Amino acid sequence: MTQPAKTSRLAGMTGRAAMIAAAVVIVAAGLPLVLSNYQVGLATEVLIFGILAMSIDILAGFAGRTSLGHGAIFGVSTYVVVYCMAQAGMSPAVAFALGVLAATCVAAVFALLAVRTSGVYFLLLTLALGMIVWGVCLRWTQVTGGENGMRADVRPAMLMSHSAFYWAVLFGAAIVSFAMWRFVRSPFGLTLRGIRDSESRMRSLGYNVPLHLFIGFTVSGVFAGVAGALYAMFNNFVSPSTVALAQSVEGVLMMIAGGVGTLFGAFVGAAAIIALENVVSAYTERWQMVLGITFVLIMIFAPEGIIGKLRAVLSRKVR
Amino acid sequence: MSLFQLLNGLTFAALLFVVASGFTLIFGLLRIVNLAHGALYLFGGYVGYSVATKTGSFVLGGVGAMAAIAAIGFVLDQGLLRFVRGNELRQVLLTLGVAFFLNDLALVIWGGDSFTVPIPQLLRGGTKVFGTFYPIYRLFVLSTGIFVFAALWLLLNRTRLGALIRAGVDDAEMVEASGVNIQRVFLFTFLFGSALAGLGGLMGGAFLSLYPSADAEILTFSLAVVIIGGRGSLVGVAVGSLLVGLLNTLGQVMFPELAYFVIFGPMAVLLAFRPLGLFGRAT
Repeated sequence: MTQPAKTSRLAGMTGRAAMIAAAVVIVAAGLPLVLSNYQVGLATEVLIFGILAMSIDILAGFAGRTSLGHGAIFGVSTYVVVYCMAQAGMSPAVAFALGVLAATCVAAVFALLAVRTSGVYFLLLTLALGMIVWGVCLRWTQVTGGENGMRADVRPAMLMSHSAFYWAVLFGAAIVSFAMWRFVRSPFGLTLRGIRDSESRMRSLGYNVPLHLFIGFTVSGVFAGVAGALYAMFNNFVSPSTVALAQSVEGVLMMIAGGVGTLFGAFVGAAAIIALENVVSAYTERWQMVLGITFVLIMIFAPEGIIGKLRAVLSRKVR
Repeated sequence: MSLFQLLNGLTFAALLFVVASGFTLIFGLLRIVNLAHGALYLFGGYVGYSVATKTGSFVLGGVGAMAAIAAIGFVLDQGLLRFVRGNELRQVLLTLGVAFFLNDLALVIWGGDSFTVPIPQLLRGGTKVFGTFYPIYRLFVLSTGIFVFAALWLLLNRTRLGALIRAGVDDAEMVEASGVNIQRVFLFTFLFGSALAGLGGLMGGAFLSLYPSADAEILTFSLAVVIIGGRGSLVGVAVGSLLVGLLNTLGQVMFPELAYFVIFGPMAVLLAFRPLGLFGRAT
């Protein structure tokens, strides 16, 4: 195997990959110049949910465990950020940090319980845990505001305009994406892949499987927490629907639509689902129904994701 | 905890048992985690409500609910799930999509108001139980739960069909190899399990009322029951329902706002020692 020139390598990235990544970020950074304010808002949403979908992909694509509880981890961060600003009057930076910290703690608790399970049991357990968070947010009215939720002007003054906030989120998303990409390619990430392919083999090789899964889950929770805190700044509002099952489901759907295990496909999936949501919402209020049907159709016809499906269809045409 | 609260816990456990036993039967035999089970419960409740108010008969409401939900179960199993057979993850996510669809459909048909299924004259009012005044309807729910348990136990342990279902839970391929049409047993179990969700919807609709997020709540409780009890075990569901029902009542009495945690704690402890649940067996 020939080594690429050392000068063009950035922390293990090959020259070509670095160039593609730079080109994508530059194009994305140029978007506010051509899009309307509303569309910039949508693009910001795509970035935030792309991060959430990527954090789910760390577990689903690289550890073989699909979580239905990440919407709750995401939402806890959103709740904490909004609460810190609205009730405790903290600065945005402190609130942001506390939000991510809270999400990490919740993820660690989830992980402690879930690492012993796999397959469908993992799915069920994370689903049940997420539901518990939702139930607490709904019922603990004094703190969470119950069904009415909470409102706070979370965004710092310098990020008030749509474009400025978009650029800030893009900057954050680029860093987080790079961090996740490094994470799954690190020796630790390779161990997770080993666990995905054969748990018993990794165990007999002497790896501490539950510990690896615990750390993997918690790290994934950190990223979901970052997405949730950004969402608090995006939306300035939080209600139980932010932590509801639908949030986790949308995240998983985006991840699957983009392609499980592709990591950056998450942004494609997020863009596809958010675009669909907006088109559908223009005609009907039945988004939930369309979401359900989309889910069923993808499961039956394109479980490998939109990109994977396109690739398969194209290669068939070429042949 | 007073006797009144204890009875509340027991009646809730009985309702949970009816709903979760259908869930665990399908999970145990077909390996399908039907996340649309909560939506089937809610749909069954709504259908039962409509039939019961139109005809004035609670029994007809129950029959209607069970028939309608079995029909939806048929479409779900034969129309959708057959395309993803053998892939557990895809099955689960597919049923989740169906849950979203059904929930929204119910919102379109019945709107967002909460409904209470009318209780028949015979079961209205209250009666004295060990010196405590208690609603008759809730006692009826409790006895229905016990009746369903007995019926299911007899079905599983004393009939040929039950023997096939139990054998299928242990090793479906082997049953098929010995000349049994296991697909038919699968289909029957799926329809039967769905019908139990419909029955639960009607029963619960009369004392917990029906509203758009009731499906998510009952699904959480059912999941907790099955996680605690273990996959495919009838006794497991019974014990899980009792635990969850009583703990939930205890939580509501002592920490009304954090009742969910009271179920969550024992579930966590249990999983630390028995990841497959109290009566679950590894396959």
